[in-house]
Amino acid sequence: MSAGVESPIVSLRDVRRDYALGAERVHALQGVTLDVERGDYVAIVGPSGCGKSTLLNLIGVIDQPTSGTVAIAGKRVDAMSDREATQFRLWNIGFVFQRFYLLPILSALENVALPMAEANVSKGARSKRAAELLKYVGLGNRERHRPSELSGGEQQRVAIARALANGPTLLLADEPTGELDARTGAEIIALFQRLNSDGTTIVVVTHDEDLASAARRKVHMRDGRVVEA
Amino acid sequence: MRAALAKASLIRHRARTVLAVLGVAVAAAMLLDMVMLATGMRESFRELLLSRGFEIRLAPKGTLPFDTDATIPGVSAIIATLRANPDIREISPVLGASIHILAGNHDISGSALGIDPSVEGDYELLSGRDVTTPDAIVANDHLLSQLGARVGDTLSVATGYDPQTRTYSGQRKLVVTGRVRFIYGANDQSSSAMRRETLEAMGGQARDRASLFMVRVRKGANAEQVRDWIDKQLPNVTAISIATAIAQVDERLSYFRQLALILGAVSLFVGFLLVTTLVTVSVNERVGEIAVMRAIGVSRSHVVEQIVLEGVAISFAGAVLGLALGLVTARYLNTILSAFPGLPMSINFFLFQPKAAWSALGLLIASGIGAGIYPAWRAASLPIAESLRREAIA
Repeated sequence: MSAGVESPIVSLRDVRRDYALGAERVHALQGVTLDVERGDYVAIVGPSGCGKSTLLNLIGVIDQPTSGTVAIAGKRVDAMSDREATQFRLWNIGFVFQRFYLLPILSALENVALPMAEANVSKGARSKRAAELLKYVGLGNRERHRPSELSGGEQQRVAIARALANGPTLLLADEPTGELDARTGAEIIALFQRLNSDGTTIVVVTHDEDLASAARRKVHMRDGRVVEA
Repeated sequence: MRAALAKASLIRHRARTVLAVLGVAVAAAMLLDMVMLATGMRESFRELLLSRGFEIRLAPKGTLPFDTDATIPGVSAIIATLRANPDIREISPVLGASIHILAGNHDISGSALGIDPSVEGDYELLSGRDVTTPDAIVANDHLLSQLGARVGDTLSVATGYDPQTRTYSGQRKLVVTGRVRFIYGANDQSSSAMRRETLEAMGGQARDRASLFMVRVRKGANAEQVRDWIDKQLPNVTAISIATAIAQVDERLSYFRQLALILGAVSLFVGFLLVTTLVTVSVNERVGEIAVMRAIGVSRSHVVEQIVLEGVAISFAGAVLGLALGLVTARYLNTILSAFPGLPMSINFFLFQPKAAWSALGLLIASGIGAGIYPAWRAASLPIAESLRREAIA
């Protein structure tokens, strides 16, 4: 959080991630080194099983590398305790998932307010900011709607607003257009571009050529390695 | 927010939650009834013994009061001995006998107590007046209805009957002066009382004898010490204090109480398993959601809190409903069991005690917390990335 102007916001050095799959040892990442600058918009692309999501999980501090170092905003996150990692994610990372994962029992406004409640933001303040964020993603008139009352594109917008709730340093998205049709996907791509032009650093993992092309930079992966950055 | 999320999670599957609450309510009702049953008879018996304020009873050696037809001789001497103890305030000798009351060409059999009306502790007067004269008799409603008699009627009462000669002995005309309720008597028992000297006179040879003495101790005196003193002074009687009587009742009811406690524990365990199962199923359905909540920064402790709250909410709602249900079923069962022949009217099988209700409620809430802990621990321990990957594959 106290990163210098020149230092990259994401810095991975020789990162490896192995895990057991039955009796086998899977080498999901095999020495990945990658930097993402502040304000950048990076698309990580590659065939299924190449380690894209594993890489995103490590950047998002929901997983830890087998070896190597991961630093976000100048802070080492590869060996954080669960408590530290949770706090770090709360304040620094915004997640967007392919399946939206909104809480069906909460309204759009409440879903967006959830990370702020966890951050102990007062009820009034979080309702105000959640309303502003919903307006920003074009859902100002859908505050009280439950996820089941929203289209896929609208749900993904709510998920993006939720990811932005605590003003994260970094927005991570895993196949954000994977469950959307082309037209709705295009709207989300446009939203990501707007977010990036407003200063948000974005890293997306995608198979969607249109989404990857909208990024400033593409990182190609194959067999757990970055083959072109 | 955690409470709101827990509430929302429960409302999400309304029918399932309602069924779980009903299940817990049945278990809670059973638990309350078993707790009430485990302590009810004992407490009810204690209250019954204490209701007239006599702390010690003297029965013929080796017997319980009215357990046999045995009597204690030398009533006057015993009273004189007892009066020597300044801790003894009142002595009520009671003589028990069977009587026959002639009604037309047949007779009604019943029991009679010979008492001293100034210190009696066996009945309460419902109407009329007590046995203040030698020819007075008071009776309970059951006997009066059998005889078709009322206060003011004269009865022909005998203490003996010889079936071979078909003759009555100890016969005497007595006037019904009052309607009474016998505290230790059963509903279906034909009971009456008269002055002890009247019953003695009717009984012929049984003079200066009593079946039982009821002893009231001075306020602040130690009843157990008085009982020990009586034991030493009067070796031909058994002195029973309320504590001793309760201990004997406890001993006789111990299997009954153990059974009630076991059934209560089973109910509690069933409620616990029900809540654990429901919350575990609910957590399994929400693995993805929980992983996402953790990913966006919700702490483990808050996930645990939310899930434990869900368990507690089900247990609490079930417990409150169950307590009401338990009281209704206890009242109904008590009516059935109290009608058992020969039981004192005042004995309750299910005695409501606020402490027992609070204990049952506390146990259920504790079991709700316990029931939520396992699924909550599982949910909070989910590896976030792995759970999301599995969800994506699923």
